[in-house]
Amino acid sequence: MRFNEFFENQSWEETSKSIYAKTAKDVEQALNTPKRTLEDFKALISPAAAPYLESMAKLSQELTLKRFGKTIQMYVPLYLSNECNNICTYCGFSYDNKVKRKTLSALEIMEEVAVIKEMGYHHVLLVTGEANQTVHTDYFKKVLDLIRPHFAHISMEVQPLDLADYQELTPYGLNTVLVYQETYHEEDYKKHHPKGKKSNFQYRLDTPDRLGEAGIHKMGLGVLIGLEDWRTDSFFTAMHLDYLEKKYWQSKYSISFPRLRPFSGGLEPKVAMNDRELVQLICAYRLFNEEVELSISTRESVIFRDHIIKLGITSISAGSKTNPGGYAVEPQSLEQFEISDERTALEIAEMIQKQGYEPVWKDWDLSLMK
Amino acid sequence: MLKIADKTFHSRLFTGTGKFSSSSIMEAALLASASELVTVALKRVDLNPSANQQPDELLKHLNHPHLNLLPNTSGVRNAKEAVFAAQMAREALETNWIKLEIHPDPKYLMPDPIETLKATEELAKLGFVVLPYIHADPVLCKRLEDVGTAAVMPLGSPIGSNKGLKTIDFLEIIISQSRVPVIIDAGIGAPSDAAKAMEIGADAVLVNTAIAVSGNPVLMAEAFKIAVEAGRMAYLARLGTINSLAVASSPLTAFLEDEI
Repeated sequence: MRFNEFFENQSWEETSKSIYAKTAKDVEQALNTPKRTLEDFKALISPAAAPYLESMAKLSQELTLKRFGKTIQMYVPLYLSNECNNICTYCGFSYDNKVKRKTLSALEIMEEVAVIKEMGYHHVLLVTGEANQTVHTDYFKKVLDLIRPHFAHISMEVQPLDLADYQELTPYGLNTVLVYQETYHEEDYKKHHPKGKKSNFQYRLDTPDRLGEAGIHKMGLGVLIGLEDWRTDSFFTAMHLDYLEKKYWQSKYSISFPRLRPFSGGLEPKVAMNDRELVQLICAYRLFNEEVELSISTRESVIFRDHIIKLGITSISAGSKTNPGGYAVEPQSLEQFEISDERTALEIAEMIQKQGYEPVWKDWDLSLMK
Repeated sequence: MLKIADKTFHSRLFTGTGKFSSSSIMEAALLASASELVTVALKRVDLNPSANQQPDELLKHLNHPHLNLLPNTSGVRNAKEAVFAAQMAREALETNWIKLEIHPDPKYLMPDPIETLKATEELAKLGFVVLPYIHADPVLCKRLEDVGTAAVMPLGSPIGSNKGLKTIDFLEIIISQSRVPVIIDAGIGAPSDAAKAMEIGADAVLVNTAIAVSGNPVLMAEAFKIAVEAGRMAYLARLGTINSLAVASSPLTAFLEDEI
């Protein structure tokens, strides 16, 4: 069974109701059990768990230390293109936004790579919009060929591709693919993605299954927090993770929790999430799944990022630019979203060290995939 | 002294290099442990540092004459990838010792017995000193011996779990019939677990998480050093058996007394 079929039987409303119906007793049970279920996860993300935040943070810290030690992995995004045929109500690269469009050439990519390497990075995340006429599998192959000698670990956050595309790209050194569902609320999804290939909710929902079938080493899941009720959306993310882990047991998983950030003329969040709630969510993911990687980006504030290091996070980006050419070629062009933490990679590394953790720049080798 | 392949070791405590809060704390802990064999994940090391770069940060801190490096293949998913990784390690780190870790399951990091056996056979033929990380499976240990393994490294409990010797019944069988050194790897959470492993006759233990993640890694490393030594001494001295035979009266055999 694929996740689409499994998901068909789920009801957003009933799931939501059951989360909000969780009581202090459910939360205590979830905290005291050694192996937590999806029902426990519901309790941990429910409003009833709010008074237990300190206990959750303590447990989350312990579990993360046991599995990942005192280390935080460092990665950086490399935006290749902002061309996009999709209309997404929340995104700076949306088709209907009047911004200058750009797709980096080979020469420009190497200029960007030089700056990123200078910052100390070995792990890179390639990002694009969705413009299938220019930014397609052949383009990705060329980019992977170009940058492979310079990085130990390459991730991609681009449009969802077909199974055959993923199978073609893996031998080029592609290790990880991030595809965020944005929201599991189908009607709302359609409202936020009215035009372009991305408007196909089912194709996107099926993407992790295709990644699993292609034998991708790691995949990243997540929703855009703010589009819909974050508790219900996060529950479906956890359910998706649970399904995938059991079916594609050879893949690793990571979760991100991007909160809607302003961009010029952008969307206000429908459901806001405060910092306390984001900490609750991060700890809930860790308590539910001791092995999943949890990633935090520069969308979050300096204070938040400084403190979240010890509470369950395993990877962090720093010094990021969210515009193609942002590092060297065209530093002034329009960003996809506004960066909140503008500190350099080195400053973040020092912040991590000050907290008694080691920033890890290299934790993979492309030679392991031969 | 423990002998594995061409090397002898004073210390029966082997250590890992992951999860430490900094390379200098790792170095201090490894020195305090008196360990002479440390395992390093190939994926953490920069194998091809460009000419202008500093030598690899991790390796810099392991540069002590008494510390032998044991590169591991963590991250590979099958025998083919493992053999390739071992060859990379041999070239980059100039050692033919390899800790074979093939865990296609990234969640619990469970070793794949079939791929491990295949890779051990091939690597042994290629002249490697192979130390495979495996389940506490006595038959697999014998099969690995047959294909030329230098030692076996059965797990005490899931890696990183600190749960101790959950597999003790199988470890005892492995130890009793092994013709190669038995190194208990994974799950050793406290010095008392390490001492217990040595008491039942393990040749060595490998400890990483319990040292790296403790409140004071240097002190904990020393505690493990002492525990391993104590456990080994107890094994050599032979432990007294636990007496469960004393009974106040003998209702079942008392009639024999009456006959006299």
